[in-house]
Amino acid sequence: MGVRRKSGGFVLKVNPILCDGYGHCAELAPDLVRTDEWGYPIVVAVPVPLSNLGALASARYAVRGCPRKAMHIERVADES
Amino acid sequence: MIDATALPRLLHGPSGRPLTLEQHEALFVSQTPAQSIAAELQASGLTGRGGAAFPTWRKAEFIAGQRGHNKFMVVNAMEGEPGSHKDRTLLSANPHLVLDGAEILASLIGAKHIAICVARDNPTVVNHLKRAVHERERRSLRGPKLELHTPPWRYVAGEESALVHWLDDNESLPQYRAHRPHVLRISHNPAMVDNTETCANVGLIARFGADWFRKLGTAESPGTALVSLTGAVANQAVVEVPLGTPISTILARANADPRPQALLLGGYGGSWISGQHVDTPYANEFLRPLGATVGAGIMVVLPRSACGLVETQRIVQWMANESARQCGPCAFGLPSLAEDLTHLVRTTRDAEAVLRRLHERCGLIEGRGACHHPDGVVQLVRSALKVFADDLRQHMSGAPCAPSRSNQHVVKVPTLEHEEEQMWE
Repeated sequence: MGVRRKSGGFVLKVNPILCDGYGHCAELAPDLVRTDEWGYPIVVAVPVPLSNLGALASARYAVRGCPRKAMHIERVADES
Repeated sequence: MIDATALPRLLHGPSGRPLTLEQHEALFVSQTPAQSIAAELQASGLTGRGGAAFPTWRKAEFIAGQRGHNKFMVVNAMEGEPGSHKDRTLLSANPHLVLDGAEILASLIGAKHIAICVARDNPTVVNHLKRAVHERERRSLRGPKLELHTPPWRYVAGEESALVHWLDDNESLPQYRAHRPHVLRISHNPAMVDNTETCANVGLIARFGADWFRKLGTAESPGTALVSLTGAVANQAVVEVPLGTPISTILARANADPRPQALLLGGYGGSWISGQHVDTPYANEFLRPLGATVGAGIMVVLPRSACGLVETQRIVQWMANESARQCGPCAFGLPSLAEDLTHLVRTTRDAEAVLRRLHERCGLIEGRGACHHPDGVVQLVRSALKVFADDLRQHMSGAPCAPSRSNQHVVKVPTLEHEEEQMWE
């Protein structure tokens, strides 16, 4: 799995223009994404630590599973 | 040299008969300031007058640091706000001051093109600008190339990414920017977008210097602002006031209702403030505690004989229709906000539930669009629910106020267009 990072976090981001509300992300990463009443994703805005490997894996599933390729993972450095 | 404390600074000459290049040069005698123009701009503390109030020098410095041989300087005179008419007033009074400022900013960032964007439903202003550009080209062809562009008029077409996207031969739709600060590009070349009034102020600062500019206005927001007044005003006017002037003075200068029920500040994506705050100084640092900003210099005066909730509902309905329908939360959320407001205005049985749902939806929509169009509407709705709380209680109890049942409306809202009729390019 490469280097295991101990610091830093990530945020899952949606391009709202590309997003058509298929809802795959909410199924693939239920701990990070929920949907609003119209089916569009609401993503957790606070950075998740990279050491949370389960969350990172499900975020990657959401990115790969998006039919419109509207999601990406953004790395966030720790505030020091 | 023009007296530093005298008004007007920007609006010289009668509107509708713009100053020619000779008149302009006779009025504003060219002189070089003490320091370099970039230093003067930083010392002046000029902030953008298009709504965001971002420091202009910082933007210029950022774009100047970008690589590119054919950078663009874009003058944004789109005026998407129906309540605003300051840009067209300024351009029909003294277009050369704006073009001066644009040329100075272009030289600061190293731009080779200046694109002036005026909405095409404004033929008078387009003609004024055509003439001004022609006068300059007859004088000399050196310097950056002046181009006049006429995008279609839409509320979001004046948003900077939409404008630059249109200039790049696309539709005038806002774009998603994943990282900030974001460099807008026209065919891979960095572009800087500045409001008309900002450019005019740069033209003044480059002539008379930062100290001259700071003689009017407050320490935090120096200079003057053009305020477009609509609503309960004798004649819809643009007045130029130093920032920090009490709002009541601005109202008096425009012959407006001196004791209004409420004021809409900043634009249709701005916020309402109660009429009891008319003595607040008109500057961002004093308006921020009230939840408002100067924004694009728009002030809609709501008289006591009008219903604020009905007016808000009309604005939100129009703003929902002006959405570009690109992002789900905006395309579906804004119409549902408008629907909820309609339910509240026309008395319904489950008003409590509707109000709760409206608050919930406001929280859901905020910050989830590619541009700030939905955020502005949410801010407007929230401020309306706060300022018109008494009205709201009356409406919910089944006794709507008298003005809400009449067809007399104060706030200027264009007619709704069908989605198929909207032009984007």
